[in-house]
Amino acid sequence: MSVLAPFGGTPSPAPTPVIPGFGGGQSCVVKNGQFCAGWFADNFGSRFAPRLVEHIELTAIAVGVGMLIALAAALLAYRQGWFETPFTLLSAFLYTIPSLAFFELMVQVTGINRFTAEIALVSYTLLILFRNTLAGLRAVPPDALEAAQAMGLSRRQTLIRVELPLALPPIMAGLRIATVTTISLATVAAYIGAGGLGEPIFDGIQTGFKTEFIAAGVLAIALALVADGLLVVAQRLLTPWARHRRA
Amino acid sequence: MQTLINSFTFFGHHPGLMWDKTLAHLSISFASIGVALAIAIPLGVWLGHLRRASFLAINVSNVFRALPSLAMISIGIGLLGIGFANVLVALVVLAAPVVLTNAYVAVEQVDRNVVEAARAAGMRPRQVLTRVELPLATPLIFAGIRTGTVYVIATATLATFAGGGGLGDIIVNEPTYGVPGVIAGSLAITVLAFGIDGLLALVQRAATPRPLRKQKRFSRTAAVVAEPAREDLVIQQS
Repeated sequence: MSVLAPFGGTPSPAPTPVIPGFGGGQSCVVKNGQFCAGWFADNFGSRFAPRLVEHIELTAIAVGVGMLIALAAALLAYRQGWFETPFTLLSAFLYTIPSLAFFELMVQVTGINRFTAEIALVSYTLLILFRNTLAGLRAVPPDALEAAQAMGLSRRQTLIRVELPLALPPIMAGLRIATVTTISLATVAAYIGAGGLGEPIFDGIQTGFKTEFIAAGVLAIALALVADGLLVVAQRLLTPWARHRRA
Repeated sequence: MQTLINSFTFFGHHPGLMWDKTLAHLSISFASIGVALAIAIPLGVWLGHLRRASFLAINVSNVFRALPSLAMISIGIGLLGIGFANVLVALVVLAAPVVLTNAYVAVEQVDRNVVEAARAAGMRPRQVLTRVELPLATPLIFAGIRTGTVYVIATATLATFAGGGGLGDIIVNEPTYGVPGVIAGSLAITVLAFGIDGLLALVQRAATPRPLRKQKRFSRTAAVVAEPAREDLVIQQS
């Protein structure tokens, strides 16, 4: 009898709205308008802000770890020339693998989680950071190195006080490209459960709720542009001497 | 291990599926590249020839490069709906800036003395462009085309989220194709990206005038190698 209960005389519950749980019940949401600003404002704090923070974390960790690895590799290649080719080949290989495929392949090894996403994201930063760092180190003028030697600086002091500062412009340029690229790829990482702004994008596409995926898309784009702009400013502040080079 | 073996047998069991998806993948990719080249090459070469508007060719182009493709596609679903047009726009936005910047820099960086010499020898502006600047610019222009194409082939995987088809359809459909299918799809798209990259390296070499070939530009990494150098320039100008 209990099986037939839904078909019985008991009054059926009022039809639930097509898009449940989004609150507000504004007509824009019910009609699934192009962009419901009211809903977005109401839900920014609960639905988007945490994703935005996650996205920034994903990117910062990937670029940070990538920079450390790339710096170590570039220093090694700077001292031991033979190291350049194998590392370039490896990082170029990683860079060419399409992101969704990379994520899915890594999932088979390390499972569906953030760690998997970070492995792929770090891999994508290596080529650009390594090449730019090495190019920057190699472009340090020999005069500057001789002057450092004449001043009695040790090898380590020369590296920290002379070579790395002089290599900053290309390193910063590399960081800028790597950051923007990572922000872009991190949206895809939500597909394997890494969180970030990709999550509301995929969620919105799945449910068909336009405001959700459009808002998340706009936020991702805004994040990329703001990060790009901030890095340009940082670069100018850190390397004031580079500005006049091509004037 | 068994999963990996199953992934390889997946190709054998579903040749029709793999073939169809690959063809769909290539057609959307090449349609996008075609549009991107049609816009970016003439514009870049022309601006480079005039040695003007570096702000447009480099900085504006850089901003476009920053746009995340998945975000573009998701906004596109709202504005253009599901399907081919949406993916096309996202992929053109991805490829055109790289090609434009490379074409601009390629022509602009041609040695001024060579251009002056050509002019002194009585060449018209058009002849200077077609006989002097373009041949010298070929390697870098092709590096841009190659980079842009590899980006597009890789990113066309995301077309599946907007109903654009392609190999992404297999990768995101684990319920239907299982884990071996997902791995097989991922391997297929990876192989495709590398294959196209290698093929374009050969085209790039063939299109480069013989005397310029001895430069070390044709290793497998050439497309990306050409990039940071250009990017340094980009940054210094901004």
